[in-house]
Amino acid sequence: MIQFDSISDFFHMGGYAFYVWLAYGITFSSLAILIVMSARSKRKILVEIAGKIAREARLKESRGINSESKT
Amino acid sequence: MWKWLNSYADPERSYNLAGKLLPWLACLAIALIGVGTTWGLLFAPTDYQQGESYRIIFIHVPAASMSMMAYVSMAIASFIGLVWQIKAADWAAASIAPIGAVITFIALVTGSTWGKPMWGTWWVWDARLTSELVLLFLYLGVIALYASFEDKVLAARAAGILAIVGVINVPIIKYSVDWWSSLHQPATIKITEKSSMPMEMLMPLLINIFGFGVMIATITLVRYRTEVLARNGMRPWVRALATKEVAK
Repeated sequence: MIQFDSISDFFHMGGYAFYVWLAYGITFSSLAILIVMSARSKRKILVEIAGKIAREARLKESRGINSESKT
Repeated sequence: MWKWLNSYADPERSYNLAGKLLPWLACLAIALIGVGTTWGLLFAPTDYQQGESYRIIFIHVPAASMSMMAYVSMAIASFIGLVWQIKAADWAAASIAPIGAVITFIALVTGSTWGKPMWGTWWVWDARLTSELVLLFLYLGVIALYASFEDKVLAARAAGILAIVGVINVPIIKYSVDWWSSLHQPATIKITEKSSMPMEMLMPLLINIFGFGVMIATITLVRYRTEVLARNGMRPWVRALATKEVAK
């Protein structure tokens, strides 16, 4: 059974609205930040690794050109 | 006898297994926390002493109890990593630390916003609150140590030793309300005797405690997968994944 008579009664939280909603607000916003950051980090790492691969390929290529010019 | 477990320490296998478990655990966590929070906020009866302010309990107690559980899990993983030199265990410990820090932060903040209307103060330097604050610093210490070394094998060893030594703080948090006099109320949920809470309040609380646990496990898997990729950047299967990600 719902303990509140109306929506405004629910938001009022028996006079403790500020404390209850502050607690819930900080909880779910900090969880949201943690989840978003955790989910994004995978792509960041993969892009970093791909950058490394590209750099290695470039190095190899330029080394190849250098050794050709010497001969 | 336990040798079959070894194959799951293989980075690629554990990465794929974590990926398979992820959607199920995520759905379970959302469902549990959704039901527990709605039940707690809307349907649980009003407390006869604390009025509606007690509804903070449905996130405060799950966060506080799971902050300790996450710490013990992290320390166990660190111990396995140190003793048997299983790198996957070190990566798991490194994945748990930031999550534990956020959960501990939530426990402290929700405790504060509950303390203000009920005790008349945001903070007191009593044993329960202080030891929980120490837990936050232990998590931050583990994160900082792991980030301080370029060589992650060394980093995991340093962070792991701190994590294991810090376990001593967990029973101190747990029993602080029994050992020292405190503004903080003693445990509401008791395993060996009847809980001092009616079923209509206890059920949503237990659901949210379980939900927070599953949520921590889910985020741990997400971070573990990233950690596996970061530590295995030289392996062909990771390089293939990286090339595919950029091509997208």
